[in-house]
Amino acid sequence: MTAGGIGQEMRPGRDRFGDLTPEAVEALRDHVTGEVRQETMIINMGPQHPSTHGVLRLLLELDGETVVHCKPIIGYLHTGIEKNTEYRTWVQGVAYVTRADYLSPFFNELAYCLSVERLLGVEAPPRAQVLRVLLCELNRISSHLVWLATGGLELGAVSVALYGFRERELVLDIFEAVTGLRMNHSFIRPGGVVMDLPPEGPRMIAKLLDELPARIDDYERLLNENPIWLERNVGIGMLSAEEALAWGVTGPLLRAAGVTVDLRKDEPYCGYETYEFDVPVRTEGDCYARYRIRLDEMRESLRIVEQALARLDEPGPVMIEDPKVGWPARLSVGPDGIGNDERYLRHIMEESMESLIHHFKMVTQGVRVPEGEVYTPVESPRGELGYYVVSNNDYRPYRVHIRDPSFVNLQALPTMVEGGLVADAIAAIASVDPVMGGVDR
Amino acid sequence: MTIVVEGDGLIDAIVRLRDQPDLSFGFLASLTATDQLSADPRFWVVYELRSVEHAHRLRVKVGLRADDPRIPSVTSIHPTANWHERETFDLYGIVFDGHPDLERILMPGDWEGHPLRKDEELGGVDTRYHGAFIPPVDERTNP
Repeated sequence: MTAGGIGQEMRPGRDRFGDLTPEAVEALRDHVTGEVRQETMIINMGPQHPSTHGVLRLLLELDGETVVHCKPIIGYLHTGIEKNTEYRTWVQGVAYVTRADYLSPFFNELAYCLSVERLLGVEAPPRAQVLRVLLCELNRISSHLVWLATGGLELGAVSVALYGFRERELVLDIFEAVTGLRMNHSFIRPGGVVMDLPPEGPRMIAKLLDELPARIDDYERLLNENPIWLERNVGIGMLSAEEALAWGVTGPLLRAAGVTVDLRKDEPYCGYETYEFDVPVRTEGDCYARYRIRLDEMRESLRIVEQALARLDEPGPVMIEDPKVGWPARLSVGPDGIGNDERYLRHIMEESMESLIHHFKMVTQGVRVPEGEVYTPVESPRGELGYYVVSNNDYRPYRVHIRDPSFVNLQALPTMVEGGLVADAIAAIASVDPVMGGVDR
Repeated sequence: MTIVVEGDGLIDAIVRLRDQPDLSFGFLASLTATDQLSADPRFWVVYELRSVEHAHRLRVKVGLRADDPRIPSVTSIHPTANWHERETFDLYGIVFDGHPDLERILMPGDWEGHPLRKDEELGGVDTRYHGAFIPPVDERTNP
């Protein structure tokens, strides 16, 4: 082995590290402009790259290991959700929007249903509001756990990847018991939610409240002071408050840059003003700050879940009682998901012709929503999730536009990665936490 | 609350809404369009503005004629409009004058037509894309 051990066979014009020698740089100088011609390489990262969280494609221009230019290219998961909703009843729309950002289905359902309710001029009963808050906060935890798991995996923290998905199972088990499905629940509907918690629900949630804080402590013990984790995250993917606001960035990314913005506090919905919780904010604006904020948010969500659970002691309806708006069927969780309750089926099939007619009309035709347009934002795990819904006094939406936070946040990615190393681009993407189902819709 | 402005006055309105201290709509939350097929104006471009300082919101709408829907881009004031305007161009065919990079964003680059227009069918049509045909919704089957 020769001294240095690198580049035993030297290429012309290169030193033993492979870099251009000063003479070679001079030879590349343009005689007219005096500029040195740079050699850059353009590489495609994605759309099938494991570190791009689905089908995101990045066109990277590299100068050695440094990212000179980054262009995100999206659209590979476009499924026409917005167009499809225009051809379905108002209630069927829920089943479409829940599939947009598939890691936070309850938030999509909630923002859509709040929009429809505002157009109808109705409000869901108090118990339904509590259930919505409860499920959304559990969903925020499960979404952040996927971010922790995938983000950890990309930076080599494989144990965190396993822990994240393990704890997410606990939350998904609750979702399955409550809604019959682990994802894409279609549980929140205009006028309330489809059914109450099952008898074992409160016990399962209480068990999670017991177990999860210690698990979050474990993550912090593993990562907070971990030298590799700090090396890969501190000062990486910087985004200042001004840049974030200019690019429309919201959620943990904006709060990590020192801006206290949380729609649950600023423009409360579903009674969030009556819950006690804090909004974690940090000022560093790097990947590490986003990591700390998301962990803190999981703790705050647990606080909200605890308060919501206590409010469930009072019984009450979970769907609006106005028969012209509310979903007619009584539902229950069967072996293959949500289905019509057996007693209800007997009622409409054997006992009451009027109930059958009403059921048929509500299910096939649904509700006529008065003319109007609303924009309803909610605070999803990724930031401001807004639904712009237009009705033309019809049984179907005229227009549903989803302002997905992943779509908007991704625009700031070039600002975060340009000038940094390729390896840091991976950390930056992970810290944005984009869900391509929401980006492409 | 909604205000309706003319296309010529849009930039001026957006700047004034941002700079007036008691309004300070410095955050463009969302931008999209709607298509009122048989009406005039046919297209409405919709801007959802938000003030982070005052926690209030405002909707700005601009109506556009059917034959040549054009509107000035607001990317120079709100960089976040970049992708929103590309999306609206892609799905509605509305041209944003002054946009730095107005190309399709969700549909393939060589797609013909603008799918969210009301005269575009959901299915049952030749997609005009590499000879592909998307069957009507009720005739689709899983293989």
